[in-house]
Amino acid sequence: MIEVTGLTKRFGPKAAVDDLSFSVKKGEVLGFLGPNGAGKSTTMRMVTGFLPATAGEISICDISMIKNPEEAKRKIGYLPESAPLYNDMSVQGFLKFCASMRGLAGSKRREAVARSIETCFLESVARQSIGTLSKGYRHRTCLAQSLLHDPEVLVLDEPTDGLDPNQKLEVRKLIKNLGKEKAILFSTHILEEVTAACTRAVIVDQGIIVADGTPKELEAQGGGSLYDLFHKVTTFETPAA
Amino acid sequence: MNMLTIFKRELTSYFTQPTAYAIVIVFGFLSSLLAFTLGQFWNVADASLNGSFFVYHPLLLMILVPAVSMRQWADEHYTGTIELLGTFPIKLRSAIIGKFLASAVVWALALALTFPMILTVNYLGNPDPWTIFSGYLGSFLVCLTFLAITTLVSSFTRDQVVALIVSVAICCLLTMIGWEPVINEVRRTGPEAKGAVELMTRIGIFSHFFDATLGRISYASLIYLGGVISVCLFGTNLALKSQRA
Repeated sequence: MIEVTGLTKRFGPKAAVDDLSFSVKKGEVLGFLGPNGAGKSTTMRMVTGFLPATAGEISICDISMIKNPEEAKRKIGYLPESAPLYNDMSVQGFLKFCASMRGLAGSKRREAVARSIETCFLESVARQSIGTLSKGYRHRTCLAQSLLHDPEVLVLDEPTDGLDPNQKLEVRKLIKNLGKEKAILFSTHILEEVTAACTRAVIVDQGIIVADGTPKELEAQGGGSLYDLFHKVTTFETPAA
Repeated sequence: MNMLTIFKRELTSYFTQPTAYAIVIVFGFLSSLLAFTLGQFWNVADASLNGSFFVYHPLLLMILVPAVSMRQWADEHYTGTIELLGTFPIKLRSAIIGKFLASAVVWALALALTFPMILTVNYLGNPDPWTIFSGYLGSFLVCLTFLAITTLVSSFTRDQVVALIVSVAICCLLTMIGWEPVINEVRRTGPEAKGAVELMTRIGIFSHFFDATLGRISYASLIYLGGVISVCLFGTNLALKSQRA
């Protein structure tokens, strides 16, 4: 469902993503791990069509994101890293707006909004202004907009960032459930999430994939610990004295 | 369809926040105040609005118009919602035009709500309705031009204040270089300034606007202002795309 081949992004002389290739199939949840600045968000922005790639090919459900971005974008639900929202809108109004932008209208739009509100536990704040929401609700509102059109592919950039432990658990469960029917690519800093929600994971460092496998395989590579593997294959921003 | 969705969202946003109300009230108040003070509406004894009312519009609009649209793209950059818009299956130009039209409606309303001036001048005499219509059309075209300039400027920054200051500076410059006292100053420098005077008259907003207040909207003015609007909106599209490259 997601096929990425030789993906490269250069900002001037610096390669943020360097010849990256991976695929995510239906029923698979791929965890995207890596330290800050590893190129995770840049990769996700290219996969969702927000950033143009310097080189490489991205295919979403056999549609090229490079050649036919509008069609490819229809297949994707995307939660950006900072969960951006329009603060002057209500949760319901925002979801209606996003559903319209996804081409939903009338009863289909009403049903999609109601389903997303229910899935992301937003009933109690549905009529509340987004500007007054807590971080957890804001995150879930943005997650809800990514589910509106029941996309075949979900790209979630740090979906549990800023959530309390209960909310994290709920979102991990949700990702795992959604992953049975969809192809999900999600990035995280939290290594426990790999074992909790992913069927496979890759570790990215300085724009290249340095480890790839199922959670169990990765743990085995790290001598029984994902933390040890992460320390071994990634670069420290500030080397220890 | 998508353009209409964005247009509705933006228009609603102007009216759920104080922006539109503030603009409508401040513009209505200041334009009337200037007409009755500096414009000497009572003393000119002329049943028209061009000399006392319309003539001050560009001076107000060059400051107030950027205040409406300064946030248009700057805020999308600042809050990160541009990432949502950029991943919806839409053409970027639909978003640009939708936002632009929403701000244009706010200004159409602000101009329309100065209608008591039309009632007053009709009560006092028999003004030429075409001249009044032409004056309003000229004001609206100036609004659209300044809105387009601000749209372009706001696409370059995530800071609304920077967008406001730069846009006001550009709008002031474009207004002032066509203003009669400024042109006269340049004309006084000698016959060699003839070319400069000609250029200033052609590119200055005020000269095009002044003709409109007298009921003479020329094709040249329409092409010039329409050209500035188109170039700015097209430039916004290019700027937003190139920032991601």
